[in-house]
Amino acid sequence: MSLELTASVGDRGVDVALEVADGETLAVLGPNGAGKSTLLDVVAGLLRPDRGRVVLDGRALTDVGDGRDVMVPAYERSVGLLAQDPLLFPHLDVRGNVTFGPRSRRTPRREARAVADRWLGDLELTDLADRRPAQLSGGQRQRVALARALAADPRVLLLDEPMAALDVAVRPALRQTLRHVLADRTAVVVTHDVLDALLLADRVVVVEGGVVVERGPTTEVLTQPRSGFAAEIAGLNLVSGAWRDDALETEEGLRIVGEPAEAAPAPGEAAVAVFPPSAVSVFLTAPGGSPRNAVDVTITSVEPQAGHLRVRGGGLSADVTPRSVAELGLAPGVRAVFVVKATEVTVYPRS
Amino acid sequence: MSDPRSRLGVPRWILLPALLGAGFVLLPLVAIVARTPWGRFGELLTSQASQDALWLSLRTATASTLLCLVLGVPMALVLARSSYRLLGVVRSLVLLPLVLPPVVGGIALLYTFGRRGLLGQTMEVLGIQVAFSTAAVVLAQTFVALPFLVVSLEGALRTAGERYEAVAATLGARPTTVLRRVTLPLVLPGLVSGTVLAFARALGEFGATITFAGSLQGRTRTLPLEIYLRRETDAEGAVALSLVLVVVAVLVIGVAGQRRSAL
Repeated sequence: MSLELTASVGDRGVDVALEVADGETLAVLGPNGAGKSTLLDVVAGLLRPDRGRVVLDGRALTDVGDGRDVMVPAYERSVGLLAQDPLLFPHLDVRGNVTFGPRSRRTPRREARAVADRWLGDLELTDLADRRPAQLSGGQRQRVALARALAADPRVLLLDEPMAALDVAVRPALRQTLRHVLADRTAVVVTHDVLDALLLADRVVVVEGGVVVERGPTTEVLTQPRSGFAAEIAGLNLVSGAWRDDALETEEGLRIVGEPAEAAPAPGEAAVAVFPPSAVSVFLTAPGGSPRNAVDVTITSVEPQAGHLRVRGGGLSADVTPRSVAELGLAPGVRAVFVVKATEVTVYPRS
Repeated sequence: MSDPRSRLGVPRWILLPALLGAGFVLLPLVAIVARTPWGRFGELLTSQASQDALWLSLRTATASTLLCLVLGVPMALVLARSSYRLLGVVRSLVLLPLVLPPVVGGIALLYTFGRRGLLGQTMEVLGIQVAFSTAAVVLAQTFVALPFLVVSLEGALRTAGERYEAVAATLGARPTTVLRRVTLPLVLPGLVSGTVLAFARALGEFGATITFAGSLQGRTRTLPLEIYLRRETDAEGAVALSLVLVVVAVLVIGVAGQRRSAL
């Protein structure tokens, strides 16, 4: 067990326990004001909980309440923080920002610069090394902030909605970078974007109203959400398989045609097809002709959701109107065909 | 104002009192320039008494500005960054000289550092005599100028916030490193404008100085004191010296204003 956290912060109504294994990335999902950022502040040592413990690799960083009083200062924790706002030091250039961490730990100047240049190279920022933060775009700034956090060589990296402030257009590139960076790093990502959780995290906890309402492996939480929030933002259809001949092929031999997002997966690479329940139409027999994905299913449940009914079957969900449910006679046990257009399906690499 | 695209959300009649106010402030400055005896200007400024006063003012104002920095920067940091409950009261008290009549400040200093003052006897034992010396001028100026530096730096610190400092800490920087490499560089514009304001306030100090330090030529008679005394015997000289202070004031506003817009 690498990172353990229990914290209760009274005036923010937060009372949470979670753990992150060595090399694992945990996503913390939840609505705004759920206390997600508070958790990160507690781990980083920026906030003293009323009672709680933060244990990293067996060392107590925070241990307060019931007469205990351990509070290792933030600068001795080796816990990196990447916030929504990059917060680059405006008076330092890019290289100065990235060398800040090593220099603060009294690394000799030349060595600190070598570390910084390595990270700048890794994150494709070398050309910007001499620029001031004010001369960078939002996406570039966040990359520099990431390089700065990594150059300080943190044991754990905390990411607080790292892409929320960025243009939708530049998010995929940064997400790819984060995928690469977080691959075998112990990290906690706070987000309310399902894609972040799906592509970056091994496990997910859902925090609502200051408490953990759901936890589990990412795919499980996102496909079969039990908490209200997860159901609202997630409830996505995820189909895992491998990328073959421009389609996703599952172990059962089902082929899902979709559009690759960001970088297309390599042939044979593990991938996941994602589509919302609202994109799924339900028929009793497969309609012929059009370039659609059709999956034969046996319906397992029909549940009311806001304004429609969610029909589940074969591990997939479809949102349909009450009228169609009545007309088609959809009920548990009925055999049906779930149909989704290829243009509604996005395929992500998942290695 | 007749420009239909104008977004000025002010009723037109407001312009009249506004212009009156501007005139009220600017006209006296025009009067000084108009009454300046340009023919004798150089001669008036280079007289022994003028030179003594000018030189003394520059030295004391510089010394008290440095003292303000040494004491004021830590004060501003504590006021802006700690969450002690009674800090509001402490702040009001510490900033009292901002609203206190300077002459009252002078009296207060006299009963603190003067021979019979609170600390006077202790200091006498140590062989230090402050009252009616150049050091007293510096103390008087520091007393009235310090709040200007503290207020403007505290404002800058609050505006800058603590988020950059938090990030610096997560990167492994100790508090002193954070102060040196993050906090102070971030508030540099506020620090510069606060320093300039403190310098200007010190340079113009009159009431506390004359009460606490007296008026000895070359030792405690700074430029404002010299102007006040000269006015009775040599009005033209007083005007010429006044113009010097007006020019300094304009420069100060220029520097402080530029810094503010840079923020």
